[in-house]
Amino acid sequence: MLKRNPFRTALAVGTAAALAAAGGACSSESEDDTVNLTVGLFGDFGFGPLYEEYMEANPGIVIEERIAEFADHHTNLTTHLATGSGAADIEAVEVGYISQYTAEPDRFHNLLDYGAGDLEDRWLDWKWQQGLATDGGAQIGLGTDVGGMAMCYRRDLFEAAGLPTERDEVSALWAESWEDYVEVGHDYVEATGGEYFFESSGNMFRAMVEQAEQGVYDRDDNIVVDSNPAVKESWDLTVEAVEAGMSNQLEAWTPEWNASFTEGTFATIICPAWMTTYIETNAPDAAGLWDIATVPGGAGNMGGSHLVLPAQGEHPEEAYEFIEWLTAPEQQLKVFEETGNFPSTPELYEDEAFTGMTAEYFNEAPVGEIFTDSAESVEPQYQGPLQGDVLSTIGAGLGRIEEGAQSPDEAWQQVLSDLESF
Amino acid sequence: MAIATKGRAPNPRKPATAGRLRYRLDLHASPYLYIAPFFVLFAAFGLFPLAFTAWVSLHDWSLLSDEHVFVGAENYANLLTDGYFWNALVNTMSILALATVPQLLAALCLAHLLTFRLRGQTFFRMGMLLPNVASVVAVAVIFSQLFGRDFGLINWVLEALGAGRIDWQAGRASSHVAIAVMVAWKWTGYNTLIYLAAMQAVPREVYEAARLDGAGRLSQLFRVTVPMIRPTIVFTVIVSTIYGLQIFAEPQLFGGAGASGVTGGPSRQFQTLTLYLYEHGFNRGFEFGYASAVAWTMFAVIVVIALLNYLLVKRIRSSS
Repeated sequence: MLKRNPFRTALAVGTAAALAAAGGACSSESEDDTVNLTVGLFGDFGFGPLYEEYMEANPGIVIEERIAEFADHHTNLTTHLATGSGAADIEAVEVGYISQYTAEPDRFHNLLDYGAGDLEDRWLDWKWQQGLATDGGAQIGLGTDVGGMAMCYRRDLFEAAGLPTERDEVSALWAESWEDYVEVGHDYVEATGGEYFFESSGNMFRAMVEQAEQGVYDRDDNIVVDSNPAVKESWDLTVEAVEAGMSNQLEAWTPEWNASFTEGTFATIICPAWMTTYIETNAPDAAGLWDIATVPGGAGNMGGSHLVLPAQGEHPEEAYEFIEWLTAPEQQLKVFEETGNFPSTPELYEDEAFTGMTAEYFNEAPVGEIFTDSAESVEPQYQGPLQGDVLSTIGAGLGRIEEGAQSPDEAWQQVLSDLESF
Repeated sequence: MAIATKGRAPNPRKPATAGRLRYRLDLHASPYLYIAPFFVLFAAFGLFPLAFTAWVSLHDWSLLSDEHVFVGAENYANLLTDGYFWNALVNTMSILALATVPQLLAALCLAHLLTFRLRGQTFFRMGMLLPNVASVVAVAVIFSQLFGRDFGLINWVLEALGAGRIDWQAGRASSHVAIAVMVAWKWTGYNTLIYLAAMQAVPREVYEAARLDGAGRLSQLFRVTVPMIRPTIVFTVIVSTIYGLQIFAEPQLFGGAGASGVTGGPSRQFQTLTLYLYEHGFNRGFEFGYASAVAWTMFAVIVVIALLNYLLVKRIRSSS
């Protein structure tokens, strides 16, 4: 056995530790004065080429992107904010979560201090409002995209079911209301012998609620699911559609959901502008089969994001300059061209080069015009702090009906009792 | 080591000097110094978090607020009256039973087969460990695809065989089976190797004697091998129990990226205890106090179940 001198060993360990510490210190404090900005996103926002462009124009800045899953992203962000470390310099926040953060503006850099107030007119009014702190004294995020809604549909499946295929005619089928949409669904299911009309009941429900004047929260942050008739009406109509077998019973963002696009198992899907990207990437072979009509009930917003600067970030000035540039109309236009994420800057809506844009994949649908109309006519709805969780809880209720685990009444009662614990 | 240092020490019969003091200190203190790193690390990363979790569990402690109100045992009281907790407990036990029992039996049989003279023995033995090397996330993702409702391979085979499709996620029993398969796939090989190692320590003479008495291969397994490797079986049962009661990644990924990954399906049909903890600790509210109470309750449950299993397995007729 090797004889060991304990002192020498201790010395060796100590030296190694010191070296390691010194090495760490060296790498974190680089001699040159480059500023590293990290950007935390959920999914690909299509910012890649813009980082390159910005870094080229600003030699002192290095931008690094981190992408997480949608749900993980917001959970992690909340944890990082609470513990005071680990957040990126710039973080994306989806609209379902933004009011959770505007309730705690101290955890973010106030963008009004950096001059965001002068830019207020850049965004749709309601987009700007969403990022304002509850007391109005701070702006925590600059808007990226909005999710003006439309309805994507499969031309081939509509034709097989004996329904019109031209987008204007399709829009006219349900221009008035969601009841008409469900009527068309009944016809579709009957004509095809039980094929699915839409993918997920949760999405249909959410789209309907988003259009209502008041959603699942009132302005005092009370959950009003049990008292707001619009919510119950949306629920009942969704249940009718589910019981008629229109729903493909998919949960968004699951592997099954992704695969269903390729297989073409459903005929329509609620299409906020960002959804068009998912359809295109999930079913690259279905080009020309999909088309875009207007959404029942006219307009409404679903999704869209803000970029926020957590207060723990050490380079707020550089970060602000960057997101100010990134959310400017010119850059939002590039993102739109790249990914289909729809700009939140009305300046573009006037621009004919923009409104005239069409999507080749969607049978040359005039996406510029469709989504502009939709985004402009949105009546902003107040979103409460746990908006996303409330909608998931209701979605789970619809899921229990789909799985046959509960009757609609039982499911609704359980939704209400689950919400009581919020 | 002690002898080595002793050799270098000054003559102990000399009157007390600094050297002698150093010698005594070395003799009595240095062993503690040698084992200290483990205990220091254990205290910092094991004991302290355990104690702190217990402390947190007595508070209304949300990660999002700076106020931590002492509430005594209220979290535990709420927990025990929450139907979803009991639901999670039942799910966990069901998955545990479905995963562990067949898995250990299969491991025993496989290990028994591997003791025979086989061509490519090492290949088979190493192959056993392969699923265990795969990352649990990769296993869960792939099996979730296999168990897919519409495009899963297993449903495709079932349909080809004339049996109907199964919506694996929707049913309570079917989702438990799917998750149990993931666990079993990963751990059967590992347990096989542990059994195999134990079996090889059983003296050949015992088998020879058994053979002379007319015992076949199967009765050798159950009458000689199993009693002889009883301590190893106890070990695997306890380790599998502990792992099985903490199962998280499999149901989480099986549920997908949406809300089902947290609640274990819309009806909470496959929400395990750790998922329940995750739902409260790392989702809306970030109720760390409540989640800590869940963690400690889980700890108690695991100790009780592990003890029960130990007593159960002890009943296997001992070799001695």
